[in-house]
Amino acid sequence: MTTTLTILQAGPALTIQDRGRAGWLAQGLTKGGAADLVALYEGAALLGQSADLAAIEMTGTGGTFTASEDIRIALTGASMAANIDGEAIVWNASHLLPAGAKLTIGGAVSGTYGYLHIGGGIATEPVLGARASHLSAGLGAALKSGERLPIGPDKGRGTGMQLPRDTRFDGGTVRVVASMQTDRFTPEERERFTNTQFARDPRANRMGVRMDHNGAGFHAEGGLTILSEVIVPGDIQITGDGAPFVLMGESQTTGGYPRIGTVIPRDLPRVAQAPAGTKITFEFVTLDQAITIETQHRRDIKALSGQITALVRDPATIKNLLSYQLVGGVTSATDNPFEKDI
Amino acid sequence: MTPFPKIQTVGLNGILISFADTMSEPANRAALSFRAAIDVADWPEVSETSTSLVSTFLQVDLVTQPLDAMLTRLHDLLDTQDWYTASLPAGRTLWHIPTVYGTDLAPQLEEAAELAGLDPDAAISQLSQARVRVLTIGFAPGQPYMGELPKNWDIPRQQALTKSVPAGALIVAIRQLIIFTNASPTGWRHIGQTAFKTFRPRSDSPFSLSPGDELCFPSVSRSAFDNILSTDTSGAGGAETEVLP
Repeated sequence: MTTTLTILQAGPALTIQDRGRAGWLAQGLTKGGAADLVALYEGAALLGQSADLAAIEMTGTGGTFTASEDIRIALTGASMAANIDGEAIVWNASHLLPAGAKLTIGGAVSGTYGYLHIGGGIATEPVLGARASHLSAGLGAALKSGERLPIGPDKGRGTGMQLPRDTRFDGGTVRVVASMQTDRFTPEERERFTNTQFARDPRANRMGVRMDHNGAGFHAEGGLTILSEVIVPGDIQITGDGAPFVLMGESQTTGGYPRIGTVIPRDLPRVAQAPAGTKITFEFVTLDQAITIETQHRRDIKALSGQITALVRDPATIKNLLSYQLVGGVTSATDNPFEKDI
Repeated sequence: MTPFPKIQTVGLNGILISFADTMSEPANRAALSFRAAIDVADWPEVSETSTSLVSTFLQVDLVTQPLDAMLTRLHDLLDTQDWYTASLPAGRTLWHIPTVYGTDLAPQLEEAAELAGLDPDAAISQLSQARVRVLTIGFAPGQPYMGELPKNWDIPRQQALTKSVPAGALIVAIRQLIIFTNASPTGWRHIGQTAFKTFRPRSDSPFSLSPGDELCFPSVSRSAFDNILSTDTSGAGGAETEVLP
């Protein structure tokens, strides 16, 4: 019998995501896939499985879930308050979810997109070669309360592992390479762009993220006469009102607004994860610099499994903490008294 | 010296070959033919190709593939012929898609006809005899931009958007036609209605049209259209096809 995950209560924006569908650009369908690809790789590393498996992407807030059998889960991306049957569990870590237990995932504490990964992956029927919902194309739909999702066979073992968190949830500097229409913006306009502090606008979704700033809008020369041209994820288009709009994986395949540059893949999760109001600045790098950064990033992704450590229980999450003998028998100031509790 | 064809990188995702900076039949022909030539060449570095109105895009992982070697090969291929007069790829499809012009189904026919300098009957006659090419596919999955119509159809987009036109709507502006994939707001004028589905995600051929395909939109009566609606389960909307040599 297939193991299933039941969504007891769905947050407003849960979708199934994987690495997306390549190969349909000419037919007008963008790749889509997880808004934060790094989080997908982290989940795969924590569960020791392929990054091609599908997970649940949770925008802003999670939901409550229960499984028909014991399953392994991992939580990555935007930190959300989570517990299993009332006992708090650590984010960016893997856990056992016993059959029938209730997993509750609340609102995001930092970041925008959280991910619930399952050992064996979500095993819904692929459409056009992927399981990822692509809502703007009409593929898939937001998950609803009461839905029951099939889970693939889990070949991995072990839970209670964690990965260190990085800084991609806090905004900051986002690196950009020149693109097709960068030279339509004067050097002064480009300099003003990189000297401007932006804040992520609340109007953001899987298609694109609008950036707010004080001061005049940005304008290309002959901006309105540009022919519709191919879009790649990370393209920063300048819309009619002069506001930059970073295009994400679920954008249209082509667009007629001028692009001032393209966010490099390494920094796209930073744009996706920045909560509304978070400060962001853009910095141009050369193609060679971008290639160097990206090469290192891919190495880091490959090395993620080497970053995994066993989860040390946080005393704050131990229910009967007061019943533990915490001091007696301690002989060294550097020993970790909780190590034995793993 | 003309700046075209122009080769540029696109992020770290690929290479764009532009054949013009305005829409024209020869530049669209060049983009389609050059894409076909790239597909035939089947270079291992190229994972995917697409076209927009007047350019060809090659998806190439610039992080791992040396750009200079790719550029040399692209220049060599560009030099093999005049792409602006190249033959269009063989094996394209000619579609005949039954269309109701005007009526409550497509309420902007009269307005569009007036802008094109025609009375509604003459407009229907001209549109249903026109043969257009899929210039590019975009905006929504499978959604074709088709052209070019005769010069009198160089009509502007509306200032205000129409709140929503339905899937299968045939809309017009700037000498081009679009069949809408999904209900959507638009600044183009809604002149005809088809029962043709451009995107059928669960079918064996999910995308009905390919760039370079040609189309005609013969006028049918409302009762013939209603008959198609009630009998068609395929999403083809009564379309007939032939293979172009």
